[in-house]
Amino acid sequence: MTISLLYALVGVVLLGIGLYSLVIYSHLVKKILALNVAGSGVFLFLVATAAQTTGPVPDPVPHAMVLTGIVVAVSATALALALACRIHQVTGTARLTENEPE
Amino acid sequence: MSRENEDSLTSRTIKMMAAISVLALTSVLGWTVWTLPPFSDRMQRLVASNMAISGVENPVTAVLLNFRGYDTLLEIGVLLLAALGVFSAVPSPVILSKSTPSPILNLLLRLLLPFIILIGGYILWIGKYAPGGAFQAGAILAAGGILLSTAAVPFNRFALKTMPFAMGIGLVTFIVVALATMMVRGNFLQYPVAQAGTLILVIEAAATISISIILTILFIGGNPDASITAKDENSKASIIDKGNTTK
Amino acid sequence: MDEFPNLADMAFDGILALAVLVLAWKLLRSPNLFKAVVLFISFGLMMSLAWVRLKAVDIALAEAAIGAGLTGALFLTALGKLQRGAQHNQENNGTHQQSQEGRPNMASGSSD
Repeated sequence: MTISLLYALVGVVLLGIGLYSLVIYSHLVKKILALNVAGSGVFLFLVATAAQTTGPVPDPVPHAMVLTGIVVAVSATALALALACRIHQVTGTARLTENEPE
Repeated sequence: MSRENEDSLTSRTIKMMAAISVLALTSVLGWTVWTLPPFSDRMQRLVASNMAISGVENPVTAVLLNFRGYDTLLEIGVLLLAALGVFSAVPSPVILSKSTPSPILNLLLRLLLPFIILIGGYILWIGKYAPGGAFQAGAILAAGGILLSTAAVPFNRFALKTMPFAMGIGLVTFIVVALATMMVRGNFLQYPVAQAGTLILVIEAAATISISIILTILFIGGNPDASITAKDENSKASIIDKGNTTK
Repeated sequence: MDEFPNLADMAFDGILALAVLVLAWKLLRSPNLFKAVVLFISFGLMMSLAWVRLKAVDIALAEAAIGAGLTGALFLTALGKLQRGAQHNQENNGTHQQSQEGRPNMASGSSD
């Protein structure tokens, strides 16, 4: 197993962990953390497949994509956290509750 | 009591289903990764053969700002959108800090800020030759901005008045350069070869200013300009409290 | 770059991959949100090392500054706001409100 294959598999497992945690936890900040972990897993997979090159320099196109992805992820996280704080301010809790028939 | 059992049963069922589906997805992806076909060098050879006309020497910067410049333009737009979203999600003006900051923080600020600005400028410049570029430099300058806001250094009036322009200047510069190249060469964002390096540096400099201010504002979590947000506060508060109390 | 690695490379990459996975698992299973955010910051730093191992130095710079530093600071600020809001709610109402989420040494419940 080469280095890049190991990191690609780690990226896939990170994506799985992030998606599972996104579903089962009810606290909003935990969900945002899980999304970030899943995003990091996807980036790791992209760059690891970019490193599986025969030349000395890895492929720069996935590097640019992941750089864009990191910046977009941080802006989405900032917006999501601002919305979570706002939800807490308005409803009094930052947890998603079960749907109750009202 | 039966309802509580039902709730816990539902959540356990959901947990099992989530675990099974995530395991299935992970194993399919892992098997795909394991059996990926051998890498094809086509994209890499394309980039390497076109480096001469890109105007820079770092392949990642060439791809980011020249070959796939449209993605970077949209990315800067997304940053601006996130800042606007944070502005609208937080109606009340942001108070930076209520207590006086500790003298250690002030000393740290005095020592670190010159180096932060210097290193940010260096990494912006070196993006042409080595790993670096606008986003890394903008992030480092934003770290300086975060230090300033945790030390509760207030924005002065000039900074508050020029803040909207500084937030937008990256996107505006990029669009102006793109439209100008469209008028000169006929294609959106196709730089003339002789000026490609200069144009990339201009775009990156404007983008660095924009990125650093937007990231600092994302950290502050609202509009630091109290005069603008105070006007809207009454209207927003009445909309939200309409369901609960009478105003 | 894609030849079979020697023992030192394999050991370093194996330990780094294991650290990344363990950090991700621990950070998402811990009921205390403050601990989760601190683990997330160190997760970001381990990812930065992984980028360097994959010869992506630009991404390592960006991840260390934006991913670990800025996102960690964002999370900590949000946790502080949530905790302050919960305290404010408790003071205002006087009745037993929702448990204070995000206090550094208080548990806030994991999965519901």
